[in-house]
Order: sequence, then structure tokens, then C-alpha cells
Amino acid sequence: MSKKSYRQAIFEALRDEMRRDPRVVIMGEDIAGGLGAPGEDDAWGGPLGVTKGLMSEFGRDRVLDTPISESAFIGAAAGAAATGLRPVAELMFVDFMGVCFDQIFNQAAKFRYMFGGKAVTPLVVRTMYGAGFRAASQHSQCLYPLFTHIPGLKVALPSNPYEAKGLLTQAIRDDDPVVVFEHKAMYDTEGEVPDEPYAIAFGEANVTREGDDATIVAFGRMVNFANEAADNLKKRGVSCTVVDPRTTSPLDRETILETVEETGRLVVVDEAHPRCGMAADIAGLVAENAFGALKAPIKLVTAPHAPVPFSPALEDIYIPSVAKIEAAVTAIVDYGAKEAAE
Amino acid sequence: MSNDNEEGEAYAPEGEALAKKSTAPIRPITMPKWGLAMEEGLLARWAVEEGAEIAAGQEIMDIETTKIANVFESPVSGVLRKRVVKEGETVPVGALLGVVAEPGTDQAEVDRFVGAFLESFTPAETGESAPVPETIDAGGRRIRRLKAGSGGTPVLMIHGFGADHTTWMFNQAELSADREVHAIDLPGHGGSEKSVGIGTVEALAEAVLAYMDAAGLESAHLVGHSLGGAIAVEIAATAPDRATALTLIAPAGFGAEIAQDFIDGFIGESRARKLRPVLEMLVADPGIVTADMVEEVLKFKRLDGALSALQAIAAANFAAGAQKTSVREKLAGLSAPVHVVWGEGDRVLPARHAEGLPASVKVSKVADAGHIPHMEKAAEVNAVIKAID
Repeated sequence: MSKKSYRQAIFEALRDEMRRDPRVVIMGEDIAGGLGAPGEDDAWGGPLGVTKGLMSEFGRDRVLDTPISESAFIGAAAGAAATGLRPVAELMFVDFMGVCFDQIFNQAAKFRYMFGGKAVTPLVVRTMYGAGFRAASQHSQCLYPLFTHIPGLKVALPSNPYEAKGLLTQAIRDDDPVVVFEHKAMYDTEGEVPDEPYAIAFGEANVTREGDDATIVAFGRMVNFANEAADNLKKRGVSCTVVDPRTTSPLDRETILETVEETGRLVVVDEAHPRCGMAADIAGLVAENAFGALKAPIKLVTAPHAPVPFSPALEDIYIPSVAKIEAAVTAIVDYGAKEAAE
Repeated sequence: MSNDNEEGEAYAPEGEALAKKSTAPIRPITMPKWGLAMEEGLLARWAVEEGAEIAAGQEIMDIETTKIANVFESPVSGVLRKRVVKEGETVPVGALLGVVAEPGTDQAEVDRFVGAFLESFTPAETGESAPVPETIDAGGRRIRRLKAGSGGTPVLMIHGFGADHTTWMFNQAELSADREVHAIDLPGHGGSEKSVGIGTVEALAEAVLAYMDAAGLESAHLVGHSLGGAIAVEIAATAPDRATALTLIAPAGFGAEIAQDFIDGFIGESRARKLRPVLEMLVADPGIVTADMVEEVLKFKRLDGALSALQAIAAANFAAGAQKTSVREKLAGLSAPVHVVWGEGDRVLPARHAEGLPASVKVSKVADAGHIPHMEKAAEVNAVIKAID
């Protein structure tokens, strides 16, 4: 066990699974780099250097640099998955996914269903999401609610390096198509990651903090913000449970509902837009199934219903913050007290 | 819980120096270092008021780390003159928590002591010179170990089923102050290779002997917990010259019964909220089990091969609430001194297994402790281990 970056954790998952299973191949734009050009092979390793070094170990037969056509290579990956390989396709920014929705939504997600359960589609799509990178509105979105909406797809949101290695490993071993969302602001974050391979089961939430006063459900990078908020609130006498669902599909409804039943209060933190997003989804789940346990209204801390601004100042206030999470928790913890005082 | 003056000296040298310079006996109480990786702790609750007379060994506060929550026993006697850190505050290891002095000591002098301590205190830097676990090749098998300290009769600590070397977090740091202490991960556990072969006590004892060969340990005081206790006896029986002494903490193989619920739950539960009550069976006070402790177990179980290793060891050693291996009858023939320690409230292996042992075997029962007294009542268990050599 040693400290590793999110980038290194993802690299290790890919490398270990490629070593373990010859059917695992990776493909994407410039994931090795240098193809057909003079100079260094394996020059780039993708835009953030995650896959650098894999081509030299596994060769160009298993590390495929693709043309700049997401429609083509995501479709190719879906077909390869349906016919016996276990491809991991890197789609640089999730924002580009629009041009391959048919391949994912109508093909990969439906094969098992359309072929009477006889077809499996062990496809993994790795993609970057999230704001904070000064990359403007077409490179900063959090589109995981769209994929969560589609039955037949699994969606994983690793919140730290440990989660990244374990969830990606599980994604590669899974027989269904999985979209793994990597937050672009997290590649240099570090954490303890075992050297050995391991897989984290899907649909099992991680309770990262335990408390009595409120439950905070947060996704991806926001889990770290929620943990920080919970630690700050604890110093002020408010203790929170923080739930990292790990995967939005499948969703660990049980842990969310159980913890809300214990605390009686819920804040959902999501970097995505508020409409038809995970925050609304979790709020609906709790309102329907644990209404009787609630002592205060549910609070949602999300980005606004607006594109991600290019102005750095605006982008900074666009992203949910630790302070906003603390304010939301404080508001619902005080809710009962105010009522009682009146 | 364990701590003593040495820890204060090691991690708050300035404060300790002040205490020695002071004419009046003013003693600092500092944040203990529980485990080699601990960097800070949360003072969750004070159990004594300012002005109260406290005795060394008295439980004076609850401390929480990310790994564990536990009571803290005062290292010194006297009157608690000042609580420096408030409940709910997190401070680094070695930070001043409170001050104990004789009743007659002038308050101004106490305040001066506190001021000087706070001014001179600098927390140890992250990871500073703490030994780190490493893996070595032990007869063709990868074994992870944490080695600390030097000199004295070496101690080799062997954990129980499902654990790893971190089970000794409250013991190894203290014992290694004046001796060489090895804590290993057994095959199938922690960071060691996950292949366990047939997984019997005999096979695991062979693997530990292979480690001793690889680590250059001709002989050692073997400290074994639970399954590790049975392994220690097996080593002493088959290779008597390798074991100078045995400390056996709630050892397996001393009787038939075992809580099969624990074994099955430990292996079977993959969700933190289901695993927690299983781990709570280990302790007398369930409050000791933190979310992080549960997650650490899950992290181990997620490693490739870990679950099948656990299943193999469980199948080789336990079935339907009964232990398959007995080492009890080997005790009488051992040349090394044997000290058995058992928590009175053990719910995994009953403390009555410590009854009816050969007269040569010393037995200590630990009150208010379950199956892991070396964590729950570390000071008592450390004293037993230290007394042997």
C-alpha cells in the first residue's frame, strides 16, 4: 500500500487487467500517441497522460490509437465487446458523447436485452467530466445523469484514487457496458492505493463519515467536498453521515434510505445541473420511501441550471462548494429548532 | 488504553524537557501515538474535570483516530490542573492535551508551563522516520512485514484469522522502543501473497518459519493472536530452538468451540453496515469499532485472492462451530515459557479455553476485553509481553 495519484490508480487498473486477461484492449484518441508520425512512440498517453506506458508493454495491437471520430471508435468498441473482446474505450471529454449516443444508448445498452440475455457486452467507456479546469462549457459538463437514465448501462463515479482503481477494475470484469466518469480535476489527487489488484463491487455505497444529524449523499469529486464539510461541521457540534454511492447505476438505495432513517435529514450534493439529475433522483427516492423519517425538507446543493461559465470567477462560484454544503446542512439542522422556538 | 511516559518523550521532546527543568513536578499529558501511522487524534471526551485527582492508569479521556476509538489512560498521577485541548478538537501526536501537577503547585507556574510548551511544540512531520511495511521473499512466497526497533530478544508477532500486522498498532510501537519487533502478514492476509496452500495451522507455521529464515531470525519471542497463537505453538513444538518464549493471546486450538457466526460473517458480508456487527463481536465495547476499521477489512477482502484465501483457511481450520486443530496437548512438551492472555468477554473463542492448562503455563485474564485484548487493553497485554524477557 502506498500513496498514488488518481492517474496512477487508473493506469494500474488498466495495466493489471491487460496483464490478467488478453481480451482486454484499450482504444481512444492519442492514448499512445505518435502513430504514423516520426519521433517518439507512446508519446502522449492521452490528454492527461493516464495511459502512458501501456503501449510499450502491450503493443499497438492492444493499445489502439483511433481517428478523431468518437462515433466510429465507440461503435467499434461496442461491436468488439459483443464479439469477444473486453475493450476499454477512452472518450476524452464526456461532452463529446453526443455523437455516439446511438452506439451506446441503442446498441451497447440493448444487446443483452435484444438477444434474450444471450449476448454480453463487456464494454468500458472511460471519460472525463466536471468543471474547474477553465475548459469552458463544451468540456466541463457532468453528463452522468443521462447515462444513469438508460437501463442496460452501468455508471461509476470514483471519488478518490482507491475508488478509481477498484471501480475501473470491476468495470473491466463486468459483463455489461460500464461508463466510468473520471473528474478531470482529480488526476493529481493522491491517496492510499494497494499495489495488488482489487475490485469494488457495484451498487455498494461507501459511508465515508458517520453522524447523527444529517445524511449527505454526494457523487464523484463532491464526496471529498462533503467529507470536508462534515469535518468542519463536526467541530461545530453537527455530525453528518456522508454516503458515496460509488455507482449511480446500479444505485445502493438501501444504504441511502437506512442512513436517512437514522439521521432524519438529507442533503444531496451533485456537480451536475439540478434538473433531471442525481440530486433530484435521490431526493425523489427518499421522499417516496423515507418521508416519515424526515425532520426537515431535503436540500439539494448542485450547479445552477446554466452552462459552465468560461469566466474563471464565475466558474468558481458555479461549482458546489464546501461552504454551500455546510450552509445547507446547517439550514436543515436548524429547521426543527426554529419551528420549536416559534 | 496504552500509553506511557516514553511516548511523550519521543513525540514532545520540548515539553518533556520543560517538565524536567521545572522545579515543581508539572507533567504534560500529550496526544499518544497509537500505531506507527497515526499523525493526529481527536479528543472526543474528557472523563475527568479540572482539579480532579487522577491516578496513573486511570481512564481520563476518549480519543478517536481514523483507525480506532479508544479510552486513554493517564500516564501520570496528580491533580489535573488544566485541560488544554477541548472536547471535539483534533490535534497532532505529541500535542499538549492537559497538565498534571501537585496540588500545591502555583497556578501561574502551571500557566507558564503550558505557554512554554505551546510555544516550543512542533508536530512531527508527516511520515517522519516511521518504519514502513515492506515485502520480502520468504521461501518463494511474498510476505509483507513491518519491522521496528533493534536489540533485545526479537519479538515476532503473528496475527489472527482475517487480520494483518496492523492488529499490533498499540503494541509494536511500544515494544520496539527497546527491542527488535517483527509483525508479519500471514499468507493470504494483508499485503502478503494470497496463495495459502492447504491453509492448515501446520502449513501456516511452515510459512512463518520460512519468514524467520528469510528475515534472519534464528529465534524469537513469538506473540500470537487467535489463529496466530495456534501457529506459534505449532512452531515451538516442531522447531523448539526457534521460539524463546510464547505469548498467546486468545489462541486458537485450545478447545473445540468457535463462534462460527464470526467466521461466516467475516467472510460473507461485503457491505460495511452488515460487516460492522460481525466485527463488534471482537470487542467488549462496540464503540471501539470505527467506520474506517470496517472499511479496512473490506479493502482487504476486495484484494484479488483474499476471499478464497480466507475460505481456504476457514475450511481447513473451522467447521460448524468447531475448531479442527488442537494444539493444547502440545503445551506440556514445550521448553519455552508460555503466557496465555485471554479477554474475559471473548465472544469468538471462549475464555474458558484457558482453563486446565499445564501448570507451567501462566494465564492472565483481562477484564472488560473481548477477543482482541491487545487492542482493547493494550497496556496490560504489553506488560505481559515485556515481563517475559
